[in-house]
Amino acid sequence: MSENKRNELTGDDHDGIDRRGFLKCMAWAGAGVLYVMEGGVLKSGTVGDPSEFGRASSSKDLLFVQISDSHMGFDKPANTDVTATLQAAIDKINALPTSPAFVLHTGDISHLSKPTEFDTVDQMLKQVRTERIHYVPGEHDVLGDDGREYLDRYGKGTKGSGWYSFDAKGVHFVGLVNVANLKAGGLGNLGADQLQWLEGDLRHRSASTPIVLFAHIPLWSVYPEWGWGTEDSAQALTYLKRFGSVTVLNGHIHQIMQKVEGHVAFHTAASTAFPQPAPGTAPSPGPMKVPAEELRKLLGLASVDYIRGRQALAVIDTTLEGA
Amino acid sequence: MRHPTARILAAALALSAVALAGPGRAADEPPAKAVEIKIDNFAFVPEELTVSIGTTVTWLNADDVPHVVRTEDKTIKSPPLDTDDTFSYTFEKKGTYSYFCSLHPKMVGKVVVQ
Repeated sequence: MSENKRNELTGDDHDGIDRRGFLKCMAWAGAGVLYVMEGGVLKSGTVGDPSEFGRASSSKDLLFVQISDSHMGFDKPANTDVTATLQAAIDKINALPTSPAFVLHTGDISHLSKPTEFDTVDQMLKQVRTERIHYVPGEHDVLGDDGREYLDRYGKGTKGSGWYSFDAKGVHFVGLVNVANLKAGGLGNLGADQLQWLEGDLRHRSASTPIVLFAHIPLWSVYPEWGWGTEDSAQALTYLKRFGSVTVLNGHIHQIMQKVEGHVAFHTAASTAFPQPAPGTAPSPGPMKVPAEELRKLLGLASVDYIRGRQALAVIDTTLEGA
Repeated sequence: MRHPTARILAAALALSAVALAGPGRAADEPPAKAVEIKIDNFAFVPEELTVSIGTTVTWLNADDVPHVVRTEDKTIKSPPLDTDDTFSYTFEKKGTYSYFCSLHPKMVGKVVVQ
């Protein structure tokens, strides 16, 4: 059976009671812990029916899926067959009771920015039963050619190094690029041009619009010692202060991690390729070799339900186990 | 990709040219040197290195993930180095060359050429 982790995140409180004070992070151990926030109140319990995964069914609801870090081309001991595990993720998506409206790929599509690596992923993702796939680049996708190969393939209609926004079912999605022009000694970086664009993109939206930001490197300080953070993310988040519901989806760290800070919920997705160690638990963040039977428990994808009227975004992580 | 590859070739050619020229050198000239910097566990080892002019430094990636060796101004810029790939650069001018990995910018190193 799949292991699901469920995390329901709530934005505006329509009864006028500010319940933000109730929000806090809950530490969990192991799999199968339910992590729910409804009406601003944190609830927890164990996962019951995994068929809840992907339950958005009303035409007003929105279901989408996040996959990340497919690292096509990687062939080291941590996972010698990243094609098979990406295929397992695709099979999981296609087994959802409701097809997702779209899929977000939060970067590191390829391992070395090679055209053949992008080609393989593109071909494979054509099997996904969804309307379209939205991408942001990871640092592995912009190697060698300042991101030209990436932009030629995925950059149509985007600005700068590939940032853009779109709307779906009343939710505003913003894809940000924090892997371009990285500076020595630094972290991920958005840069002044992108920040200016972001401010303008959000300026005229109503505060009740749910916002989903997605980018490769975490937009919160996960573990700066390993470069797991973004230099100027605090500036970006100031533009989001007035919004009641903000969800930030990232990849890069190849493990599930989440944090709620006021009205902003941060979430990182697992990789479909290989796991990386928890912050500070290894000499470096390099690929983590685990026993073969453990690998798929540490890989996965995230499914996100937005249920209109409840102003809630529910993030459900599913591992590739059993696929 | 052509450009960085050309650089590696150029560095390799420069190295062999120096080696070939070796026996014909004046006695007071220091011999050409080759030094290796290992990339291991997301770090350049040694992180700081002092060499004499004409030294060829070779970076060897011993990690399971690719790295790039680059100076901010791109005077030195390797192609992506996958596991066991190497990149060589011959230092012809005095100075301090601070470099980093453009994929993992927390990784920094320095070559001082005297």
